[in-house]
Amino acid sequence: MTTLNPPPPAAVDYLNHRSGLRGWLLTLDHKRIGVMYLASILGAFLLGGIFGLLIRTELFKSTKVFIEADTYNQFFTLHGVIMTFLVIIPGIPGALGNFVLPIMLGAKDLAFPRLNLASYYLWVAGALLAVLAIVMGSLDTGWTLYAPYSTTTGMGGVVPVLLGAFLLGFSSIFTGLNFIVTIHKMRPPGMTWFRLPLFLWALYATSVIQILATPVLGITLLLLIAERSLGFGIFDPNLGGDPVLYQHFFWFYSHPAVYIMILPAMGIVSEIISALSRKHIFGYHFIAFSSIAIALFGFFVWGHHMFVSGQSTLLTTIFSLLTYGVSIPSAVKVFNWLATLRGGSISLRTPMLYALSFIFIFAIGGLTGLFLGAMATNMHLHDTYFVVAHFHYVMMGSTLVAMIGGIHYWWPKMFGRLYSELWSTIAWALVFIGFNVTFFPQFVMGSRGMPRRYWSYVNLEEYTWMHQLSTIGSYVMAVGFVITAIYLVHSIVAGRRAPANPWGAATLEWRCASPPPPHNFDEPPTVGDPYDFRDLRYDPARAGYVPAAGS
Amino acid sequence: MTTPAKPHAHAEIGHPVPMKVLAGTLAALLLLTVITVGATWVDFGAVANLWIALIIATIKAILVALFFMHLAYDRPFNAVVLAAALFFVLLFVCFTLMDTRAYQDDISAHRTAETTRSPP
Amino acid sequence: MNAQTGQPNHGHPPHLAHHFHTPGQQFQSAVFGMWLFLATEILLFGGLFCAYAVYRGNHPEVFVHAHHYLDRNLGAINTIILLISSFTMAAAVWAVQHGRQRMLVGMLVATLVCAGGFIGIKAVEYQHKWQHGLLWGKYYQPQQHDSPATTPAEEVPASAEPAAEVPAAAPAPTDDGPHETFRAPSPGPTGLVPPGPTTPEEHVQEAQNVRMFFSVYFGMTGLHGLHVIAGMIAIAWVLVGALQGRFSPAYFTPVPMVGLYWHVVDLIWIYLFPLFYLIH
Repeated sequence: MTTLNPPPPAAVDYLNHRSGLRGWLLTLDHKRIGVMYLASILGAFLLGGIFGLLIRTELFKSTKVFIEADTYNQFFTLHGVIMTFLVIIPGIPGALGNFVLPIMLGAKDLAFPRLNLASYYLWVAGALLAVLAIVMGSLDTGWTLYAPYSTTTGMGGVVPVLLGAFLLGFSSIFTGLNFIVTIHKMRPPGMTWFRLPLFLWALYATSVIQILATPVLGITLLLLIAERSLGFGIFDPNLGGDPVLYQHFFWFYSHPAVYIMILPAMGIVSEIISALSRKHIFGYHFIAFSSIAIALFGFFVWGHHMFVSGQSTLLTTIFSLLTYGVSIPSAVKVFNWLATLRGGSISLRTPMLYALSFIFIFAIGGLTGLFLGAMATNMHLHDTYFVVAHFHYVMMGSTLVAMIGGIHYWWPKMFGRLYSELWSTIAWALVFIGFNVTFFPQFVMGSRGMPRRYWSYVNLEEYTWMHQLSTIGSYVMAVGFVITAIYLVHSIVAGRRAPANPWGAATLEWRCASPPPPHNFDEPPTVGDPYDFRDLRYDPARAGYVPAAGS
Repeated sequence: MTTPAKPHAHAEIGHPVPMKVLAGTLAALLLLTVITVGATWVDFGAVANLWIALIIATIKAILVALFFMHLAYDRPFNAVVLAAALFFVLLFVCFTLMDTRAYQDDISAHRTAETTRSPP
Repeated sequence: MNAQTGQPNHGHPPHLAHHFHTPGQQFQSAVFGMWLFLATEILLFGGLFCAYAVYRGNHPEVFVHAHHYLDRNLGAINTIILLISSFTMAAAVWAVQHGRQRMLVGMLVATLVCAGGFIGIKAVEYQHKWQHGLLWGKYYQPQQHDSPATTPAEEVPASAEPAAEVPAAAPAPTDDGPHETFRAPSPGPTGLVPPGPTTPEEHVQEAQNVRMFFSVYFGMTGLHGLHVIAGMIAIAWVLVGALQGRFSPAYFTPVPMVGLYWHVVDLIWIYLFPLFYLIH
């Protein structure tokens, strides 16, 4: 099939309408801010990923490969700090949410454009502090920064990371605030709550968590700084303090934080699954309500990170029972996606490949969370590779995979270009296979007792082959990511021009040109069902979908 | 130079709270402050005294929120935001307090064991 | 030209941003956004309230003892000052909504004066604590005084116990951090005798736990004080705008926004006062 080139896009779009560095660095346009976030976050992902590869390289042998134990500890700490705070938490809301939300809503911008820019610069400041931490003496506390080690260690990187994380927290809060107000107050006529696309429900639920949970991280970080520099003693048993209290403080944020990570990813999957099987999403209301349910229930389970830390048996039991409950809304979503696929006209384009990967990987990640949530099995699995595998399955194999899928889904809209489907499929295969080869052996290792955060496993040679398999898998994944970066960048400079609606989706962002004009819409668009594809037909002349005649 | 007092021109951008309501709220708040200080002169028991103080503080807080902060006249969802924040603070405090109380006995038992252990 | 977006106005009221349709939508969005921000402030302090609850819940006798180091009268005066400042702030909003420019300026100045008074009294209290070594955690080193008269008038409970017998002086356990060497319980700065520890170990427990009270006290009132100062800066900024005539019944959004923030600062103190100063 030959595809004729679609007509050139509108002369003025958000990318070309105001040139120069100031037009980007001082922009108030949510689309430009989203693009800046995207580039920055992918840069942070590269840095965090390099640390990950260094970790896996060191673990190829049971004895030292090329670094000492202290350096290894710094690498896993920095890997965790960068990936958690700079990539996975801000990733989808910052890079995709900022760009897509207003257009998908039918609005001209977010409610508070200047606050949006401030959010971005807070992220940048946090990132610079994290890099500064590396230079100022680094840290090896683990990303969880547990007292008493984090409050007593002399390493110079601790305070910069604490300050950086504090700023990143505000970046997160301001983004969430902006999204909530926009969705509440700036919907066009006809867009009731139950005509909101599910990506927006997901971002809304995420933003609720950002508002309610992040401040507790803020006070935790301030207390750590006070402990270190002022000797407050709240977490120091020598002064009458309580180190387990630190863990309560830390996990009250950090558990809901994982739902900040996963909810937007689930929203992306809902969009892609429906559009690329050309079938109305199954159970719209269930999916919408389950997003809110996950956001709220996620606040009731933080103690499941503390089963072996000295938490009382009473609370351990309570948290364990509540943890079973929080899995239910997630399962609801998985079944709704499967029901959507069934009987659909599935198009295995790259976004759909990533969405399907998400369902497979998230099912494993979510189920393994139950083994960890059950207090009896947790005793044996805590601090083993089972935990590492679980959270990589949900954070990387689910959230990151969905983010990449979303990038591929909205790429034509954001940059007006199409990427090579051949190379994107190859890269996907490398990422998917590489990911599973990296992390599935870790479930096996962990359940057999291999501890996490160990630089050497010298008397544990039975794990060597699994470690080596894992390391090889990580390199395969890395190749997949490198290929992805290459063809995406190539598409910007030399890719085919994209039509307004390459996927035939029915949400509002596909009604404007690719790339969109600076103010998105001149008049609020007419709102319909975001998952009703019957009014769209494929137009070969444009290589994309257009409203059917008479609709 | 003052402009002549005139009703606000745009009703949707914030209906003013009547000055009588503001002044009345201040009077109530000051009275409640006197009451709460006075209540400490009477011993109802440590727990009851704490609850009395917290209840009075909460009444004061509700007055400030409803009238100084305009919640009585605002869209209801603004009050939902405040209520949600308070609910989650309570959740955090309650679970953490329950846990720390439950393991205090473990700590004392450990300390007793430490002090009675004979040196090697 | 719209100041915010750099776009020509074409018929929009001057203060209406381009992405909003009506001034009402814009104002209500600002109010809602500010409430969301205030929710985060409540949760920020909520963490400290949790620390308070944990330490007081598990060591109530420490809080009953240590709160006597605080001056209830100064605390009550501060409470009244803040309540009045909340009123003047609300009155400032009333004034701008009615176009009363002079009253607006006057009320904002009054709010600032009250806030300044609050900070002044807190400075006096902190100074007193510093002088007597009543600081947080690591730095808690209470000075003993010969006469209670050298300290600010504070309540001396009738149930002061007589000093227990003096055991042979024993060195404190060697840990990091400063510990007073064990000495006979004697009247502290308030004339209050602490319930007597009879062994060095028990004494170390007592001393450590009292320092926790001050850690929580300084943590909470300190963070609150920082928020008061930030509020003063915000109110001063609004005051400058008012003096420049930027606000009118048609546009006055920054005034109630700063007002809402200021009321939350007051709300937090409404709880801090009984929790620290009115422990019976």
